[in-house]
Amino acid sequence: MKITDDEVLHVAALARIRLDDDEILSLRNDLDKILGYMDILSSVDTTGVNPTHHPLPLVNAMRDDREQGCQELADVLRNAPQHDNGYIVVPKVIG
Amino acid sequence: MKAYDAVIGLEVHAQLLTSTKIFCGCSTKAGLPPNTSTCPVCTGMPGVLPVLNRKVVDFGIMLGLATGSRIAPRCIFARKNYFYPDLPKGYQITQYEHPLCEGGSILIETAQGVKRIGITRIHMEEDAGKTIHDEKAPLSYVDYNRSGVPLLEIVSEPDITSTDEAVAYLRELRQILMYLGICDGNMEEGSFRCDANVSVKPAGSARYGTRTELKNMNSFRNVQRALQYEIERHIEIIESGGEVVQETLLWDPSRGVTVSMRSKEESHDYRYFPEPDLVPVEIDSAWIDSVRSALPELPFARRERFIGQYGLPAYDAGVLTQTKAVADYYEECVRLLDRPKEISNWIMTEVMRALNEQGIPITELIVSPEMLTGLIALIDKGSISGSMAKEVFAEMVDTGESAGGIIEKKGIGQINDEEELRSLAREIIDAHPDEAHKYRSGKTGLLGFFVGMLMKATRGEANPKLASRIMKELLEE
Amino acid sequence: MLETARQYRRYEKSPVDETRAFLEKIRRDTFNAFITVDEEGALRDAKAAEELLKSPDAGALAGIPVAIKDNICTRGVRTTCASKILSEFVPSYDATVVRKLKEQGAVILGKTNLDEFAMGSTTTLSIAGPTRNPRDPSRTPGGSSGGSGAAVAAGLCAGALGSDTGGSIRMPASFCGITGLKPTYGSVSRYGLVAFASSLDQIGPMAPTVRDAAVLFDAIKGYDPLDSTSVPRDYTPTNLDGIDLKGLRIGVPKEFFGEGLNPEVEDAVRSGIAVLEDMGGRIVEIDLPHAGYGVAVYYIVATAEASSNLARYDGVRYGLRANDALDLGDMYARTRDMGFGPEVKRRIMLGTYALSAGYYDAYYRKASQVRTLIAEDFRKAFSQCDIIAGPTTPVTAFRLDEMIDDPLSLYLLDIYTIPANLAGLPALSIPCGFDSLGLPVGMQLMAPHFREDLLLGAGISFQDRTTYHQEGP
Ligand SMILES: [Mg+2]
Ligand SMILES: [Zn+2]
Repeated sequence: MKITDDEVLHVAALARIRLDDDEILSLRNDLDKILGYMDILSSVDTTGVNPTHHPLPLVNAMRDDREQGCQELADVLRNAPQHDNGYIVVPKVIG
Repeated sequence: MKAYDAVIGLEVHAQLLTSTKIFCGCSTKAGLPPNTSTCPVCTGMPGVLPVLNRKVVDFGIMLGLATGSRIAPRCIFARKNYFYPDLPKGYQITQYEHPLCEGGSILIETAQGVKRIGITRIHMEEDAGKTIHDEKAPLSYVDYNRSGVPLLEIVSEPDITSTDEAVAYLRELRQILMYLGICDGNMEEGSFRCDANVSVKPAGSARYGTRTELKNMNSFRNVQRALQYEIERHIEIIESGGEVVQETLLWDPSRGVTVSMRSKEESHDYRYFPEPDLVPVEIDSAWIDSVRSALPELPFARRERFIGQYGLPAYDAGVLTQTKAVADYYEECVRLLDRPKEISNWIMTEVMRALNEQGIPITELIVSPEMLTGLIALIDKGSISGSMAKEVFAEMVDTGESAGGIIEKKGIGQINDEEELRSLAREIIDAHPDEAHKYRSGKTGLLGFFVGMLMKATRGEANPKLASRIMKELLEE
Repeated sequence: MLETARQYRRYEKSPVDETRAFLEKIRRDTFNAFITVDEEGALRDAKAAEELLKSPDAGALAGIPVAIKDNICTRGVRTTCASKILSEFVPSYDATVVRKLKEQGAVILGKTNLDEFAMGSTTTLSIAGPTRNPRDPSRTPGGSSGGSGAAVAAGLCAGALGSDTGGSIRMPASFCGITGLKPTYGSVSRYGLVAFASSLDQIGPMAPTVRDAAVLFDAIKGYDPLDSTSVPRDYTPTNLDGIDLKGLRIGVPKEFFGEGLNPEVEDAVRSGIAVLEDMGGRIVEIDLPHAGYGVAVYYIVATAEASSNLARYDGVRYGLRANDALDLGDMYARTRDMGFGPEVKRRIMLGTYALSAGYYDAYYRKASQVRTLIAEDFRKAFSQCDIIAGPTTPVTAFRLDEMIDDPLSLYLLDIYTIPANLAGLPALSIPCGFDSLGLPVGMQLMAPHFREDLLLGAGISFQDRTTYHQEGP
């Protein structure tokens, strides 16, 4: 299979990563090669096989509706690149 | 002009009245200072993990049962991946494949009679935080207090064909949620939010037209206006030979138009996949039964029962079942005092007036069912007159005192106690032997004198008819 | 570790002195094992441990200096994941494993180096620069828990925690000649482990000996209500006396001895298996017919989960943020471009692709189905044997200047370790010999879910019989 530059750019847009031209090229080559290798899976007959999403068959892990207390505002803001009056500040959302 | 059919599908997000968020122990309380009701989990700190709040599932099952949905024996969570600053993990934990409920319906009343609106699915998910956009600076401000508040998303089938039906469906759904006590139904504050899918097609055609998605309709009136606007817009485009573009639009209530939300042809490929940090939820019949047994009666059924059981007119039953709290209040009153229609009259007039004046729900009314029925019982006994009772009620609403207390303190009310009046009357007769003698000798005109004395002795509170009868009886003994 | 614990109790050594000695060694470290050393915190822990040791209830870990992989959150101590994007991140909470270690009096020396977000096999993809293998500083310690591996091998700590998503504990254990355990999925809380691939990640111990690893494992294992994938059950302490191997059925999968396995590694592993046989174990040849698909399955599932797990590094709430962005979208794209290294970007891209519209079924779903087949292979195998033995890695530690730059070839180094992660099984790597250059070779033992007792028991007995684990660099 061959991945196109457009596909690479589309995926990068979904992942919110800016790529320069060199990166597009090298990622295209890498993805081509890796995904080419992944194609060995297409030879496995998986008809009627349930997918595994958890290695152990656990169910119903739940907690009671009881307040556990919140963190200090300082702990929320401690790592924030920008904050103001308790709010986290970001560049304006456009579109 | 050709006729068109509108096809409307509604997606409702209902915030649940749990104490804590869906995946962490933070409070769901609204109105707190920004970011103070948060923890590492609901702010998406590196390394944290979600743990499901059991009550969210209980609430979801409740709504599922109330809408006749199939409750999935096994449901799973999924991640919906997209970037937005109020979405702290870069994905929303929601349900995609295998939602909690499927295949339910709600009955609405239309001009053509009762109509069934299908519910495709009900699923659990987490709310996002709130982003405020600065008017002047190129900045946005994010508050994560709402991040992780539990939501039920209720998706209707495209069975709705008019704006009236859409509003009727939303009203009924909202009433059910509020009856169940799982959502406060506040549209303005966003605890009951609605998005719509709208398309139109030539009347009778089987093919659906291109649909648009509408957001930001935060009142029933705005839903009505936005849908109407959008349907007309679609028809106009089709009539002029154009094509409706599939897009997401925001309703602008001040201008009364819908505006396109995304400027770029941004793909929304949410890359849903099963949430690896949460395990499946398995719901057996015992769990469903325990929820069912705690399920309150729903509005439609309660209305019918009020008519049958209490002999109320349909109008009364409708008013009294408007909210679960009023209906509960009414039934508690009837339990205490078997005067269904009188109680209904009192609630529909004096009680409702007091609630309106104070702007409070009935649960906050200081006059309890015990107090209201106490008052009505006094009227029944003839202790006070109907008009006096209204004054007493007003006083009760102000002071929270019981009817008896107010009557006693103010010294109002009527003395109906025969024994008391009889003994007072005897004293008066004994104290006026001459007048008594004259009366008994035929001067019956003196009855007025004796009754007057009795009224004076009770500071005018003796029941006058009773006073007169007793006095007459004693003088003629 | 157990000897030190005894010395503490006989007052022949004190935690503070011991901690100072370790901190001094770390200061002279030339292998670059640590990203952050917390001298102040360590001495505070040591003093607290001295108090704790006055009580007869103090556990084996009281006063024992340990190191933590820098993708495990430590309250108030920088946790970078070796990534530029988190280079200044200071958690406001402790991971459950860290809390448990502290409660038992362990002294936390600092945070060890890794490949960025645990994505790698060399511990070279780090903001802190490469870690070197104490066995031969020109070589990689393996990865991604190479900092922990090197710290243990170089004696810079008594034991360490690593994390293992596709072999990241076992590979460096093998390359550095130490013991590493990837526990059963769900037996050690992941709360506070910065997620790489949630359905595969597991924290585990790395230590000079199996006994030490068992002590650390006992300290961190157990149900945690903060981790929904944590398994509620009885977790009994490991028997540190080892087990009698007589009659123990040892499955040897032929798929683990095929093409790509370095012959010297094969010789050492076969001699290790021979020791187990010699001790009474019964060798059973088994089949894991789908094991060969493990790498393909893993690099789809792991990258898909990673693409989602790493979406939170967006410059909004914490971590790096690109300055002077035109708008939010620009801020995201530039922050993530600047903040992530090439391997992390590659994996995010791969995982995003595998989940994207039109490819989900062919990649993510298909891989998840083959994952089921791999798990079933193990179920069948464990009806024929009690534990499985084979190599940990196909090669020994390679030179840093001969670094493989082809990502796929690097991925294939995980071929023997990945299946245990996909099936959630416990797996242990212990030294079983050396190649002709004197580089250590690791033998991997696997067991059914929650049968760490078999792995650790067999490992302890093996080490009581052999000296590979004592032959230092
Ligand atoms: Mg939703
Ligand atoms: Zn929280």
